[in-house]
Amino acid sequence: MGKKVAIIGTGQTNHCSSREDVNEMELVYEAAAAALKDAEMTIAEIDAVVLANMELFEGRALHDMWCGEGAGAFMKHSFKISTGGTSGTSGAISGYYHAASGLFDRVMVVGFEKHSDGNTLAGMALTDPFWDRHVAAAAIGNFALSVSEYMADRGVTEEQSAKVAVKARRNACNNPHAHLQMPDLTVKKVLESPVLAYPVHRLEMCPQSDGACAIIFASEEIAKKRCPRPAWVRAAVTRHDHIYLGEVKNRLATMRSLKEAAKVAYETVGIKEPLKEFDVAEIYDPLTYAEIAWYEALGFCKDGEGGKLIDDGITQMDGELPVNPSGGVISTNPVGASGTIRVAEAALQIHGRGGRRQIPDVNLALATGYGVYCWSDVLILSSKPD
Amino acid sequence: MNDNGERMVLAGKVDLPFSYSAGRTASRFFVELRDHQKIMGKRCPRCLRIIVPAQLFCKECFVETDEWVEVGPEGTLLTFTVVYRKENHHPREAPLAYGIIRLDGADTSIVHLLEETDVTKLEHGMSVRALFSEKREGHIMDIECFCPV
Repeated sequence: MGKKVAIIGTGQTNHCSSREDVNEMELVYEAAAAALKDAEMTIAEIDAVVLANMELFEGRALHDMWCGEGAGAFMKHSFKISTGGTSGTSGAISGYYHAASGLFDRVMVVGFEKHSDGNTLAGMALTDPFWDRHVAAAAIGNFALSVSEYMADRGVTEEQSAKVAVKARRNACNNPHAHLQMPDLTVKKVLESPVLAYPVHRLEMCPQSDGACAIIFASEEIAKKRCPRPAWVRAAVTRHDHIYLGEVKNRLATMRSLKEAAKVAYETVGIKEPLKEFDVAEIYDPLTYAEIAWYEALGFCKDGEGGKLIDDGITQMDGELPVNPSGGVISTNPVGASGTIRVAEAALQIHGRGGRRQIPDVNLALATGYGVYCWSDVLILSSKPD
Repeated sequence: MNDNGERMVLAGKVDLPFSYSAGRTASRFFVELRDHQKIMGKRCPRCLRIIVPAQLFCKECFVETDEWVEVGPEGTLLTFTVVYRKENHHPREAPLAYGIIRLDGADTSIVHLLEETDVTKLEHGMSVRALFSEKREGHIMDIECFCPV
């Protein structure tokens, strides 16, 4: 068992489709400076820096080299984590490991992506050259394969999916950092948006955003001294699965890696009824259908009942378990930062610094990351260290 | 003079060749496909799954596969999509249909193109059959696509 560690500060840029006022390193700087301000810390106090980014999307390799200084890594211990969509949560887990090892007392993690610089197709087109590249159609097509199977298997409807999009973009209106804020979005408008790949509509998918997010982890002694209400990391679990879609067991419908990561994290903390015990969840929803599938994989309900959860308003801001008060990935998606944002938003809710998106009295928060079917990350944060 | 004026955005483009080694197991898979129009899998001696396309080792049991087994060319369409927007790297013009196919005799599935692009004519669980290309070069595209049976 590692040492006790808490998140004591977070910082985000404003996320949007194109931040032409800053280059990528400056975007990283903006988030890092915001997190230091939130934690009332100086860069001199930081012992280690972990960066997280999705490779190739900006048409630039070795981001730790190009952007490390933006995170204050000059003359410090620093490296990058890259696990696809999970990069941001895996980076956060790595930051936690650093502090929990006892070797570092104050660790900064920065997840970032400047989508407008590049082309996500660079990452998506350079998939497996033997079995994938010549027969598949990248992220949206691959999601659509899983979604059509999931709908057929579990009976989830397109209206239920559209309700998730409406919830997300309306919640995003309370988040000053969010990219897609759509107060007037309706189920009808979502389903009238063009079908990109059957059965997925444009407004059911996440956007591509420019943005960065930073988190500061601290050892027990420092956290208690420097933060009035630290967000203690109680579990951090990652699980790996096949990458080839033909080998993943029932894909979205099973989501074996997320189920397994959640099982281990829940056992670590002693959670038996996640829907009742968590006060808020920030889950990595790359598209609407995934959020419903994650409800099932995370044990918020039984398999096949995810659609009912959204129908009954259980995951709305005033429901039993608000899911993604920030608006989620469906509203804001700077990929390398998207996972970091989930952890930061969960911490923010415990810190009580959520502003208009604050849920009252949050003591236990869940954050997850999704990286194709290949990786799932689960973190549990608490207002109590044990 | 302040920095709230014009924003510079510079163009970039990279065109570089790559060459990927398939390895001895995938090489035999491609040779069988090219020379005999056979789709081959390999058996895991521990979990006994027939893994297709053939692989050197079972990723779940972490042991080397042993016996070569021919599968298909018919199979079941587990799921499908039709993509309506063409991107540069897509293998075909839109609408492009592809799916996940469990070949008869196999325990894992393959991802491949579908001939039928009318979504109303595709069904989960329908039978499909591999259409082999006339010109075969030792490549996954030696299967042109899968057609409804």
